[in-house]
Amino acid sequence: MPSAKSLFQKVWDAHTVRTLANGQTQLLIGTHLIHEVTSPQAFGMLRDLGLKVSMPHRTFATVDHIVPTDQLVEPYADPLAQAMMDELRKNCAQFGITFFDRASGKQGIVHIVGPEQGITQPGTTIACGDSHTSTHGAFGAIAFGIGTSQVRDVLATQTMALSALKVRRIEVNGQLRPGVYAKDVILHIIRTLGVNGGTGYAYEYAGSVFDGFTMEQRMTVCNMSIEGGARAGYVNPDETTFAYLQGRPYAPKGAEWDAAVARWKSFASDPDAKYDDVVKIDAVDIAPTVTWGINPGQAIAINENVPHPDTATSVDDKAGIIEALAYMKLPAGEPIKGTKISVAFLGSCTNGRLSDFQEVAKYVKGRKVAAGVKAIAVPGSQIVALQCEKLGLDKILAEAGFEWRAAGCSMCLAMNPDKLVGDQLCASSSNRNFKGRQGSTTGRTILMSPLMVAAAAVTGTVADAREVFSVN
Amino acid sequence: MSLAKITSVTGRAVNVPGNDIDTDRIIPARFMKCVTFDGLGEYLFNDVRRQLDGTEKPHPLNEARFKGATILLSGANFGCGSSREHAPQAIAKYGFKAVIAESYAEIFFGNSTTLGLPCASAAREDIARIAAAVEANPQLEVVIDVTNQEVRFGGQKVKATFRESARDALINGRWDAIGELLDGRDAVKVTAAKLPYLVA
Repeated sequence: MPSAKSLFQKVWDAHTVRTLANGQTQLLIGTHLIHEVTSPQAFGMLRDLGLKVSMPHRTFATVDHIVPTDQLVEPYADPLAQAMMDELRKNCAQFGITFFDRASGKQGIVHIVGPEQGITQPGTTIACGDSHTSTHGAFGAIAFGIGTSQVRDVLATQTMALSALKVRRIEVNGQLRPGVYAKDVILHIIRTLGVNGGTGYAYEYAGSVFDGFTMEQRMTVCNMSIEGGARAGYVNPDETTFAYLQGRPYAPKGAEWDAAVARWKSFASDPDAKYDDVVKIDAVDIAPTVTWGINPGQAIAINENVPHPDTATSVDDKAGIIEALAYMKLPAGEPIKGTKISVAFLGSCTNGRLSDFQEVAKYVKGRKVAAGVKAIAVPGSQIVALQCEKLGLDKILAEAGFEWRAAGCSMCLAMNPDKLVGDQLCASSSNRNFKGRQGSTTGRTILMSPLMVAAAAVTGTVADAREVFSVN
Repeated sequence: MSLAKITSVTGRAVNVPGNDIDTDRIIPARFMKCVTFDGLGEYLFNDVRRQLDGTEKPHPLNEARFKGATILLSGANFGCGSSREHAPQAIAKYGFKAVIAESYAEIFFGNSTTLGLPCASAAREDIARIAAAVEANPQLEVVIDVTNQEVRFGGQKVKATFRESARDALINGRWDAIGELLDGRDAVKVTAAKLPYLVA
C-alpha cells in the first residue's frame, strides 16, 4: 500500500526528471506561460547559447503588463512599450510559440488567459516569469513564478532546478458572512500568517469554504499565495474544476476528456496525506478586509482601527507601523473607514474576472462614483471584456462613472499609462500595496475586494460595502 | 559551460536596513521597460534614493563613504513580492557581489543564486555587529566565506548560512543550472513520455 500523499507530492513526483548535483530536483514544467516583460532577456540568452525552444507546443504567450488600456492601435505612444511588444511578437514567430496577441481576441493577463483557454489543468506543472503564477494552483496544478534565467531554462529544456517545498494545509471551514469575498479570505490568511509566513511552503487551501468556491474565487485566493511568502498555492481538483474546464479550447475532448478527468482526480491529495503544517481558520472570523500599510500583511477588518505604534508587539512591528503610517499618511489608532480616496481601480489578475464585475455591477447600478474620484474598470482579458459587454455590465459601470477600459494589468503595477499621480490614495482590487507600486513614487494603495472598491468609489471614502450597498 | 567557483566574497559593505524590502523597491516597475538587463544598476533602489527631479534623498547608497561597497546588508524577508530577476540584476549591475540579510523571499533567493550572487543569511544581532563595524569604518574589509559559512570582519567572526543546495552550487561552480539541465535531455524525454498532456 503506497503511503498517502498530498497533491503537491504527487505532481512533484510525476514531473521529477532527476536529482541534480547540488541536491535540487530537475523538474519538468509541462506548461510555460510567457509575457513581454520577463521574456525578452531570456530569448536573448537562448540565442547567445545557440539554443531552441524545447517544447514550443507547451509554451504560450500573451501581452499584458505594458499594454495601454485606452489605446488599441499600434504603435503605442510609449516607444519602450512598443519595443517590448515587437520583441515578443518576433520571438514567438521565430520559435513557433502560440501568441495570444491583441488581434486574436484572446489577449489578457497571463493568469486569466491560461485558465480561460483551458491550458491550465489539474496535476500539471506550470511556470511563468511572474510571481502571481500561483493563481493556476486553483486547478490543482503546481505553478511557480520564476525569474528570467529560469524562463531561459524552461524555454531551453522545459525543466528547471528547484528544491522541494513543504506543504501547509490551510482549512477554512464554516460559512462566510454576507459581503465577505475570496479576496477577504486571502487577505485574512496573509494577515494571520504574515508576509513571510509561507517561505519554504506550498499552501494547500481546503475546507468547506474552498469546496463551495467557484473557480474564479479559488483563483483569487491562490493568486495571492506569493504575498504570504508561499512559492505556490493550490486547491485540490473536484467537480467544480472539471465543469469549468469542459469545452474550453485547450481542454481534452471526447474519450480523452474522460481519461483526463480520471487522471486529474488521481492527483488530489489523499485523505490521510501528511502535512508539514496545518492551519484552521473559522470562516465567520473573516470580515471585509483592507490594508492600511505598505505590504499585504498589514491589513485590518474594515471596522478596526489603524494600528498605533504604541500597541506594537515587537520592535520590528513598531518600526514597520511607523514606516507604513508615515508613507500612507494615515493617523495612528484611528478608524480606516472614512479615509478619503481619489482613485478606484477594479481589475488585475487577482480580481479582473467576470464574476468580479458582475458583483460590482449588481450593486453600483443606479449609483454614481463620488465627485472627484477617478474610477477605472479594467477587464482581465479580452474575453472577460466581451462577456461583460454582452451582459451590459460595461454600460452599468460606465453610467455609474467608471471608465471601461481594454484588457491588461493596468494600474496594478502601472507599467502602462494608468498611474497614480502624486500621493493619490487608491482603493484597489489588485494584490500589492508596496511603496510606489501603482506608478507614483508617493502613491498610496489600499487593497480590498471589488465590492469594497465600488463602495469606496461611490462614497469617495474607504467604506463598508455591506452598509453602502445594504448587503445582507 | 565553465562557471567560477564562488567560495568567498571580499569587499566593503553598506547597510540598507529594513524588513520586507520588496523587489518593487529594489527596482521600480517602470525601469523594467527594457529588453536587456544592461543599465539597471543605475536605478537600484531608485525611488528611495532619488526625488522625481533626480536630486538625491538621504540613503546609504548615496553616501560617499560607502561608494564602492560590494556587499549589501539588509533585514528580514529581503526581496519579497514580484519575481522580477531585474531586482538581483540591478543589485549585481550596481556592483554588489553578495548580500547578507536575515532572510530572503524564496524567488529572489533562487534568482540571485542563479546569477552567482551569494545571499548569506545571518542572525539579526550579527548583521547589526557587521553594520556597526562598517559604520565606524566604511573601509573595513568584510569577507563572506561561502565554504565555511561565516563572515569575518575586523577580527570578528559570525555565522552566515546558505541553503545547502545553493552553497554547493556556488562553491562548485554550478550556480547557473542551464548546463546541467541540458545534460538531462534524455531523462526529460523519459519523464515527458509518461505525461499525456505533453503530447504534441
